[in-house]
Amino acid sequence: MLSTVLHFSGLAATGDFVRPRIDYHAMAPEMILAAGICVVLLVDLFVEESKRWLTATIAGLFLIGSLIPIVTLALIGDDTRSMFDGRYVVDQFSLIMKAMFLIIGYVVVLLSTNEIEEGGYHQGEYYVLLLASVLGMVMMTSSRDLVSVFVAFEFLSIPTYMLAAWRKRDSKSNEAGVKYFLLGVFASAIMLYGMSLLYGVSQSTKLTDISAYLSAHSTTGVVALSIVFIVVGFAFKVSAVPFHSWAPDTYQGAPTPVTAFLSVASKAGGFVALVSMVYLTFPSAKDVWQPFIFVLAALTMTIGNVLALKQTNIVRMLAYSSISQGGFILMPFVVAGTKAAETSLKTIVVYLLVYASTNLGVFAVVIAVARRTRSGEISSYGGMLTWAPGLTALMTFFLASLAGIPPFGGWFAKLNAFRAVLEAGTGFGYAIAIIGAVNTVVAFGYYGNLMREMWMKPSVDGDNSPVRTPPSLLAALGITGIATLVLGILPQLVLRFGDLNDLVHTGALGK
Amino acid sequence: MLINQFLLLGAVLFCIGVYGVIARKNAVLVLLSIELILNAVNLNLLAFALRNHNPDGHVFALYVLAIAAAEVGVGLGLVLLIYRNKKSISLDELSEMKG
Repeated sequence: MLSTVLHFSGLAATGDFVRPRIDYHAMAPEMILAAGICVVLLVDLFVEESKRWLTATIAGLFLIGSLIPIVTLALIGDDTRSMFDGRYVVDQFSLIMKAMFLIIGYVVVLLSTNEIEEGGYHQGEYYVLLLASVLGMVMMTSSRDLVSVFVAFEFLSIPTYMLAAWRKRDSKSNEAGVKYFLLGVFASAIMLYGMSLLYGVSQSTKLTDISAYLSAHSTTGVVALSIVFIVVGFAFKVSAVPFHSWAPDTYQGAPTPVTAFLSVASKAGGFVALVSMVYLTFPSAKDVWQPFIFVLAALTMTIGNVLALKQTNIVRMLAYSSISQGGFILMPFVVAGTKAAETSLKTIVVYLLVYASTNLGVFAVVIAVARRTRSGEISSYGGMLTWAPGLTALMTFFLASLAGIPPFGGWFAKLNAFRAVLEAGTGFGYAIAIIGAVNTVVAFGYYGNLMREMWMKPSVDGDNSPVRTPPSLLAALGITGIATLVLGILPQLVLRFGDLNDLVHTGALGK
Repeated sequence: MLINQFLLLGAVLFCIGVYGVIARKNAVLVLLSIELILNAVNLNLLAFALRNHNPDGHVFALYVLAIAAAEVGVGLGLVLLIYRNKKSISLDELSEMKG
């Protein structure tokens, strides 16, 4: 009986188990993070309540610690390291993305320290979940198999559902968590259904095998359905319109450091997954996803912008702004299957780096200001020039970068995105470039409105006592400010990292 | 192998699940509908694994089971949280934030 089952299931055909070779150097960042999760849990267990701030420090140290093997791997700079039959790959693309996720994680720890400590929330658990989510993102960058993409995707999502609902007694925070959870799980279930169909037709879960199958066979209805389902799943994560309805509510209700994490890291995680799907797995089926992603990108940047214009709450405005920025990151995907594929991939990497540093900076300022005003309204930023000149200057700088004013990082990222879609020379490319250009102008509306509020308006209550910013927030502001400045002035730095032939070697970009 | 029947059952379960998520207003029933979709996925994976004669689908299905359990754990925790604060698990009442 058992042998019949084994025969039919194909389990018997696999032969003897061969121990896979594990490249411990390449796996070191993941292992250090996993160790960090255990250490933070244990410290939280054994340290008394008044010293729980230690967990934040330890979490930060482990995030920085797992950057070390990434730096050494980048310095060695040898060929792509692939493990488990090419299902887990460490290449230049994944290295730069891993470094980005770890630095985002570190900055979010800096942003959270005061907020979580003063709120009396469960500190240890908070940092455990944060580290777990970062570990999921780090794994996502290397996943080259449907199973590991799915596991990494859930690994980065599930902790964030809990983080969004972190203020247990606040019904807004609960609402944020429940909405995010239900839509997120629904989206990942739909994505899984697509993955199961894709596995069924291509007979493999390895992305390169699926890619080879797709380029060898014509696109059938089942394949088209599975591609659409998978893209929909990731579109929820990157809050692309029309799958964005959770984003503004979740961003507004969640604690602000969590919002910063969601709007930057979790969104970038979705884009990394989308890169591994669109660039590695589906390039030959571009008839299916190209129009679909075109519509998504156009809707996302337009509707995000239009709705941002009428917001009065700063976090909600930033939520729509980040939706619209997501549309700009989707823009290069439209030309993924064309001759501009490589340029567009570089563009996505550069845009993600710039967007991450700038948006985290904006949230750092929002958190610093909210410590004084206790308000989320845009009108509470009136007269900020008098009571927080430094923060005003920084905020203006970040907003200018988000809006794409030269010479800041955001300008460089947008310029690259336009160059990539124009280089492709396709109808979709030109159309999305025009829509993008119009939206860039519209975006000045709400960024400019906030700037006017800070520079021109008098303060609301006539209270001009200066704002006090704790050192951890200052450090976060410093890191994000320097990153935005450097990316704007010396873009060659990241372009060198963005020189990504690896995906061509490991995948189907060149085929 | 009677693969079509399995896939058909999977597709029907998937559709019932999607309908449930969209139409139901009770948080627990929405969770249940999501479980239906995940079970449809598992049926698909197992049926395809039998047809393809390779074990990838079985392994995938195990991962889906494990992660579905984790998701439901988190989901029920969140539902409990809104029940404590609102004494109701109706999703219609989750509308404090608008715009």
